Parts: sequence; C-alpha cells; structure tokens
Amino acid sequence: MKDYEEYFRTNRLPHIWCPGCGNGIVMKSIAKAIAKLDLDQDKTVIVSGIGCSSRASGYMDFDTLHTAHGRAIPFATGVKLANPELNVIVITGDGDCTAIGGNHFIHGARRNIDLTVVLFNNNIYGMTGGQASPLTPTSKKATTAPYGVVDRPFDPCQLAQAAGATYIARGTAFHAAQLPDLIAKGIQNKGFSLIEAITPCPISYGRRNKLGDSPAMLKLMSESAVPLTAYGKLAPEQQEGKFPIGVLHESHFGEYSKEYSHVIERAEGGQK
Amino acid sequence: MSQPKLMQGNEACALGALAAGVRFFGGYPITPSTEIAEQLAEQLPKVGGTFIQMEDEIASMAVILGASLAGKKVLTATSGPGFSLKQELIGYAAIAEIPCVIANVQRVGPSTGQPTSPAQGDVMQARWGTHGDHPMIALSPWTVRESFDVAVKAVNYAERFRTPVIILLDEVVGHMREKVVLPADNEIEIYSRRQPTKSREEGYQPFTPEADLVPNPADFGTGYRIHVTGLVHDDTGFPSGSPKITEQCIKRLHEKIDCVKDEITHYDEFFMEDAEIAVVTYGGTARTAYAAVEEARAQGKKVGMIRLMTIWPFADKVIKQAAAKCKALLVPEMNYGQLVMEIERAAAGQTKVVSMPKYNTEIFTPNEISGAIDQLLSEVAK
Repeated sequence: MKDYEEYFRTNRLPHIWCPGCGNGIVMKSIAKAIAKLDLDQDKTVIVSGIGCSSRASGYMDFDTLHTAHGRAIPFATGVKLANPELNVIVITGDGDCTAIGGNHFIHGARRNIDLTVVLFNNNIYGMTGGQASPLTPTSKKATTAPYGVVDRPFDPCQLAQAAGATYIARGTAFHAAQLPDLIAKGIQNKGFSLIEAITPCPISYGRRNKLGDSPAMLKLMSESAVPLTAYGKLAPEQQEGKFPIGVLHESHFGEYSKEYSHVIERAEGGQK
Repeated sequence: MSQPKLMQGNEACALGALAAGVRFFGGYPITPSTEIAEQLAEQLPKVGGTFIQMEDEIASMAVILGASLAGKKVLTATSGPGFSLKQELIGYAAIAEIPCVIANVQRVGPSTGQPTSPAQGDVMQARWGTHGDHPMIALSPWTVRESFDVAVKAVNYAERFRTPVIILLDEVVGHMREKVVLPADNEIEIYSRRQPTKSREEGYQPFTPEADLVPNPADFGTGYRIHVTGLVHDDTGFPSGSPKITEQCIKRLHEKIDCVKDEITHYDEFFMEDAEIAVVTYGGTARTAYAAVEEARAQGKKVGMIRLMTIWPFADKVIKQAAAKCKALLVPEMNYGQLVMEIERAAAGQTKVVSMPKYNTEIFTPNEISGAIDQLLSEVAK
C-alpha cells in the first residue's frame, strides 16, 4: 500500500484554505481511501467544480479536472463513459452540488453512473465570502441572509437516495478515522456513490453564527453526529439537532456505463 | 463513391461527424436540431461509440468536454435557447483547449422565439456568446452534402487546433432534403489530435505550445496526470494570477487561430470577374441568392456572389477585394442585420454595403433578392 502522501502534488502546496478549515481533512481522507484500495494512480481521475472544496483537485496527483461551477458531475460522466476503466471521483461543495449543480446531482444518481461524489459540506459559500447555500440551516446567518436563512436546507443524502444513488454515507471532519473507510466503500460501489463530509468553515460560517473556532466547531460535530443505528433508536425529540453518520444506504441497480456497453453489443450485432 | 441518397442537412451533419471519427455525443432534445441526436443515438453504438441524452443543455456540453478529455472526438447539437445555455462551457473549452464541436441549427429568437422557423440570428452569438476574449471557428453549410463536409472539417479543426468549433446550420439547410452522394471513406481527410512526444521525466508540460501554437495535453488515463482548469493557467496547466501569464495565455489562444486564418477561411465566388454588384451571403439564404444571381446573369446583368462557408474567423480579405472593385455589396440575411456589420467593417467605406434583413420566419424568395439587385443596379448606374 502506498503512503497517502504520494498522492499529492507537494509542489502545489500549501493549499489556499483558511486556518481551521476542515477541507484538508476531507482531502486527506480521499487520498487515504485511494491508498487503501491501491487504485492505479494513472487510471484515477479527480473531477471538481468551483468553490473552496473544488480547489482540492489541483493538489492531488492524478489526472485532475477543475470544471465550471456546478458542472463536475456531467464532466465526470463524460470521462467515465468515454473510458469506463477509469476510476472517477468527484469533489464538490454544498453550493456547487446542491444549488447550481442540483439538476446534475439528481440525474447522476438516477443514472447510477459509477462516480464517487465526495460532497464537502461546510454549510456556506466560502470562496465568495459567506453567502447562504441550500445546506445552510434555517435561521443561520450568512452575508446574504443577515437576518437568518428563511428556507429549509436539503438533506443531500435523502435527496440522492430518492434520486437513485446506490451508496450513500455521511461522515464528518471530526470523525477523521472513519471518513476514509466511508469513501473507500463508495469507490468500491459500482454505481453512483455519495459521501457527504461535514466540514467546518470557521471563517465564513462559524464566526458569523457564533459557533466558535475550528476546534469548537469540530466538538459540536462530535456531539451532533450519531452512528446510524444509535440514531435510529433515538426518540424524535432526541434526534433534534443531531444527524446520523455512517453508511446510510446501499442498493443494487445496473451501472450506466456497463448497461450502455450492452447497448453497444446489441447495436454492433444488428439488434435493437 | 457511395450511392445517391435522399437526406436532410441534419442527417448529413451527423453522418459527417461520424465519418470524421466522432465517437461520443451528448445532447438534449431541441427543435430544429433533434434529428442529429436521433441519428447518432442509432448510429454511434453500431461503431462502438457512445450516445447519451443529458438532463439539460449545459450538461450536454459538460459531458462532451469530459469525454473529449478522455480521448474521444465529440459532438453536441442544439438550437437557439440551448446554444445560449451552452455558452459558458464553450468558453471553458476555449481556455482549457478541449477539442469539441457544437452544431447549432438556428431558429428564430430571441428566447423561445419561433422554434420551427428558420433564422440566421446566432451569427454574432457564435462569435461573442461566451464571456471574455477568445477566438472562434464557425462554419455554415449551404447544401445537404456540404453539411456532411462541414461536419468533417469542424471535427478536424477542433482536433487540430484544440478549440471549440461551431457548425452554424440553419433550419433551411438542417431540414432540407436533397439527393446527395457522400464521399467514400478513403476520400475523407481525417485529423486526430496530437499526442505528447515527451514523458513527464523529460520535462513534458501539457500546455507548452508546439510551433503551431497548439499544445499537446495528454488524454486522461494515459499516465501523464495533467491538471485541466478554466482558470488562466501557465504551461503546466496550473492556475496563475500573473499579469504576464494571463496576457500570454489569452494572446496564444487568439494567435493559434489567427495564424491559420487564410487556410480555414472557405468561401465560393460566382460570376465575380466583372461584377458591378455582389451579393454576399451564407447558409440557407445563399440558395435563394444563387437563384437570383443566376437569373440576373442570364439577363446580362453584371452581378456576382460571394458565399461564405467560414463565418468565423471572418473572410476580411475577399470582402475587401470585392469592395474595391464592386459598386455595391448586397447582404441578405435571415436576421435583423448581423454579418452585414462585419462586411461593412471589412469594406471600410470602399463601397456601398446594403443590408437586406428578413426576420419574419419566412425564407427569402428569389424574386425578393432579384428586386433588391435591380434596385441596387439602378442606384449605382446613376
């Protein structure tokens, strides 16, 4: 097994993220998952969108594609379908994936194309300085919601499940030992996998909402995150303010590129 | 040479792309381009290629860019509203130098406009639709057979110059059915993108240009581990905030097309030797214009015609030459007057340039253009 550090372009470091940002923990978890599975470095592609999290692709030593805002999943779909032997991992953020890229997210899941989507959820648009995203909790403040967010956040895991994803997990930057395993299982799933990785943004989200510094935000995660089985045993009022972590959903359905290879076989053989 | 076939422009465009080696199509249904997608949904898997119907126009553009980076020759097809939606990623393809072809079968706009009616209203959008400075190649066929040939050229140019290329069909040519004889495979010249000639260890940099100013970024999965971004980048492919690098990056994108401008600027001249006035035309409108010009010549009138296949880069030279010797240029277009502005620019005051716009969903009739020719002849005779 390679050391995960071999998967970084060390000449591109240090990264641009703020002190206390959790993105580094999530990026490291992806590298550790790849190391654990011993993926071929030359046959693994990292595709990202736009935003803080999506800068991770530039630091990772694979073929990497930093796309346009919200479009990582359809770019990645093209890469995978054009060359199904490639392992394709998508790095995206809460704004990138569930706002501007929301349509692509549900359709990627619906197709069950073999992409592993790691959603860095910091509950805010960080790159642009702290605007509300579809995953900013109701009543939390943002520069574009100075009186608090009025609307409800998505649960991206439930959204992906309803749309047809065949592997869904949630972890946090606090649970740094668990996260690589959750991602590795997603990579192993032959189909659309979502790993929601909750990560602290102390500068653009925590500060405005008086959540304290990064260690305080990580501590909050450790208190709010409950393993799925234990979460299921909580009474509804006990679930308030808490969320389940771990593997949340697994199912089986034909993977898109594999299914399309059967279309090619039929067409080449002159059948419909 | 194959047997004569009756087919429409959209079908010929799809078959041309296929013949040029396109093996990946991503699309979204939109009138009047849908036949291109339907044709390729049927044909691509027969040759081991991939067709995918995406969730929207933007995704259709994104998916072909991903597939191109993984080594495939790629095409998407759309019309007005979809063309507008694709613009951001057309710019992405320009700066990230991803070969791709976009067929835009023009219809009446703006917005939903007149979905089933012909127009040539996207001429300027093809050039300037995405934000920022970038070059553009756009080709507009005037016959069904040329829709095939233009598709081949578009794919070749995309691969050779690593740039987006637009096929500007219009609803007239896209849906017109004609008898065509398609070229045999061995008559078709095909160009495929260059591959890297150096290894990583030998100092390979994906965006270092060759002598033709075109770089050789490696296809994904070939061991080069390159980085592709829509940010301004240096030869390594990684973003740079430097003013100098930014200037170099934008300048080279333009210069790689500027330096082949004459080679890729295709046009036909008819009866231009002694022409006193010339009709400058393109796409479906050129069919009508040709009938009017031929008729005028039969009547002994000194009328010529320039038919532009390459819309962008613009054919400055031929227009400049025509402006120097003709007393007037007549520009019929199915829009409010778009390419006429470029023609005026190229003519630079040397001659009178007369715009003949039409934007009511109806195509020009030969009589309308004949009438305009006669009026112009009488004006210049004064």
